[in-house]
Amino acid sequence: MNNLVANPDQQQEVTAQQSQELYITPLVDVQSTPECVVLRAEMAGVSKTGVDVSIEDGNLVLLGRREPLNVSGDPIYVERRPVHYRRVYELDPSIDTDKITARAEDGILTVTLPKTEKVKPRKIALE
Amino acid sequence: METNRYQPYLQSDFSAAFNRLASLREEMDRLFESPVGPILRPPGSLRSWSPPLDVYEDKDSFTVLLDLPGLKRQDIEITLREQNLVISGERRAEENKGEEGFRAERFYGGFQRTVKLPAQVEPNKVRASYQDGILKVVLPKAEAAKPKQIAVSAD
Repeated sequence: MNNLVANPDQQQEVTAQQSQELYITPLVDVQSTPECVVLRAEMAGVSKTGVDVSIEDGNLVLLGRREPLNVSGDPIYVERRPVHYRRVYELDPSIDTDKITARAEDGILTVTLPKTEKVKPRKIALE
Repeated sequence: METNRYQPYLQSDFSAAFNRLASLREEMDRLFESPVGPILRPPGSLRSWSPPLDVYEDKDSFTVLLDLPGLKRQDIEITLREQNLVISGERRAEENKGEEGFRAERFYGGFQRTVKLPAQVEPNKVRASYQDGILKVVLPKAEAAKPKQIAVSAD
């Protein structure tokens, strides 16, 4: 669980490096069960095609790119920010990286990280 | 005509103090805009969430955009009272919380945003769509509010 919680300092660095495109850190809920860890990241405006989930140097990188919306007229009031989303998590060794799945729905990126068989709780039969 | 009035200090002193504290925190969040903001903000504490909103205008209509990731269509309510567009709703948490551990940053529960549009709109022609967590409301202007060219008559 602790390994999955990314270091905030690291993330700011990442954001600063990307000078061309602005990335912000999405809000993420992390849920851990005996079978898997589930991440749910808020990425409003990111469709299936804008999602990029990858593993780089043992880190799980969540990337969400927003496509520009088709809106007519000029903005007269603006609070939303034209940004992309990026968040990096250190992967715990208990995660089975071959079985990671991701899904984008209603602006939420859900990443399911199954744990390897050897760390799952298991009953040992008595001889 | 304003329909949503601010009612100051009807609550007990204690909760009023808390509300003031919450709005102060909101101010501070704005100062520390993202990416730092979401990290500093304690989840689910002191205040309800407030989704960001844009308003666009062209000669025929207004378009209102709201970032509402993770809602269901049926949990979004849109009402128009005179020129006030009120968008409210509720984000429900996923049923199965983890037995082992849970780290929550996202906000759940109700929200409400009110926009006072700068001109009259046609209430029957308002259309709303929700895709990829973004709510888009298009409000065609009333005939009276559209720009008109006045021809200069000869006499």
